[in-house]
Amino acid sequence: MIDMEKQDGFMRALKCRECGREYPLAATHVCEFDFGPLEVAYDYDRAKKSMTRAAIESRPRTMWRYAELLPIAGAPTVGFQVGFTPLVKADRLAKRLGIRELWIKNDTVNYPTLSFKDRVVSVALSRAKELGFKVVACASTGNLANSVAANAAAAGLKAFVFIPHDLEQGKVLNSLIYGANVISIKGHYDEVNRLCAEIAGKSGWAFVNVNMRPYYAEGSKSMGFEIVEQLGWRIPRHTVVCMASGSLLTKIHKSYQELVKLDLVTETPFKVHGAQATGCNPITAAQKSGMDFFKPVKPDTIAKSLAIGTPADGFYALRSMKETGSASDDVTDDEIREGIKLLAETEGIFAETAGGVTVGVAKKLIASGKIPADDSAVLCITGNGLKTLDAVAGHAGQTREIRPSLREFDKLMEAEPQLANA
Amino acid sequence: MAAKVRIPTPLRKLTNDQDTVEVPAGTIGQAIDGLQAQFPGIRDRLLDEKGDVRRFVNVYVNEEDIRFLQNKETVVKDGDEISIIPAIAGG
Repeated sequence: MIDMEKQDGFMRALKCRECGREYPLAATHVCEFDFGPLEVAYDYDRAKKSMTRAAIESRPRTMWRYAELLPIAGAPTVGFQVGFTPLVKADRLAKRLGIRELWIKNDTVNYPTLSFKDRVVSVALSRAKELGFKVVACASTGNLANSVAANAAAAGLKAFVFIPHDLEQGKVLNSLIYGANVISIKGHYDEVNRLCAEIAGKSGWAFVNVNMRPYYAEGSKSMGFEIVEQLGWRIPRHTVVCMASGSLLTKIHKSYQELVKLDLVTETPFKVHGAQATGCNPITAAQKSGMDFFKPVKPDTIAKSLAIGTPADGFYALRSMKETGSASDDVTDDEIREGIKLLAETEGIFAETAGGVTVGVAKKLIASGKIPADDSAVLCITGNGLKTLDAVAGHAGQTREIRPSLREFDKLMEAEPQLANA
Repeated sequence: MAAKVRIPTPLRKLTNDQDTVEVPAGTIGQAIDGLQAQFPGIRDRLLDEKGDVRRFVNVYVNEEDIRFLQNKETVVKDGDEISIIPAIAGG
């Protein structure tokens, strides 16, 4: 389908984001000199030749239609069906939030594990296989664990997933069912992360978000590529993205820039706004007070998938928002639940807590005029509500129970006439 | 007695591939000086031009991030364990 020609596909090297030193395309993520994160550098000139709109549009409707800008050397071997999730025009939600035009990028139905993490994992595992790994692993707040477990099972790789002990039951079962080794850590995510960094140093495994991070993180760009194509090759003026490590926000920003670089879309001004939970808001707190660096926090929020108190890409997320003049905000647990319900009731999309964060923050940004009411915005909804049922249990209305009798039904409707008006 | 420092992979070239080394008790700042005395060049990897811990370096004493303690002034006692860890991605 795509002529990768050279041994490393369209990748050129790994490059330190801080000092620019280059490294071979191995399973390594940190610059030896300043600990700066390594990022994949591409041969854009060569990519530009084969990645035209016509070529992309002729390819299967998955994230791999943008293969030139995804960091694997050959054809993907894990997650062929991932991506190209619906971009839904959300007129009813737009009306409720008071904005002219609104779109939902709906990764609640991403394949196979119902979150945007399938994008990063299929890249990381395809690359891990290219590099010869047999065991894959991750530190996770839940969605990543589910995706690593499922995609590893399908690819015949052994998986170890490390999670905080207090995750939602649904997310735990959603990893166990695939036969992965699930290690539950008595601590919060930042402690899981620290432990995994130490295990990665001695295990010889492909930790997707540790030593495979430069490849893994690039997978998020596919969400931005798809948004632009699905809007008819147009960069949205406003995009709202939830932030845990802050990586997704920086990669959406990068995806828009890369499409401009490859002449696939006209350069127009854009903003990518960040959303966090008030109970874990190191990035938004820094952004709102104009700081370049965040202060780590100890998370306490129902949005467990975003509960990272020491966000690895927080610095770059802040820089991205500064560059584009974007805003950010955070919402309380009650506002998160309201956001989930609002999206469900207006658009029929059931998002997990992170989606409630994005909707809640979008509401605030529109109300304050940071996203103008006469403008257009895309909300990135990254995970499925069926995974975080605990968060909304007891907050989503109640069932009415009757016997299977028409008389009882008539009596119920008489007693509660408002049901018919709902 | 002394404190134990776990050395992350990117720094092991400087420590002749040792993954743990020992430094005298004191503060984190003094522990980094102790590392520098044994492995010249390691201080520059950990500290920026102003002498602050680099923004992508996380340092822990007995599993607690020093930014929740007293940063470079955090006390390190005999038998304590220091971890030096690069920032890693989300999940």
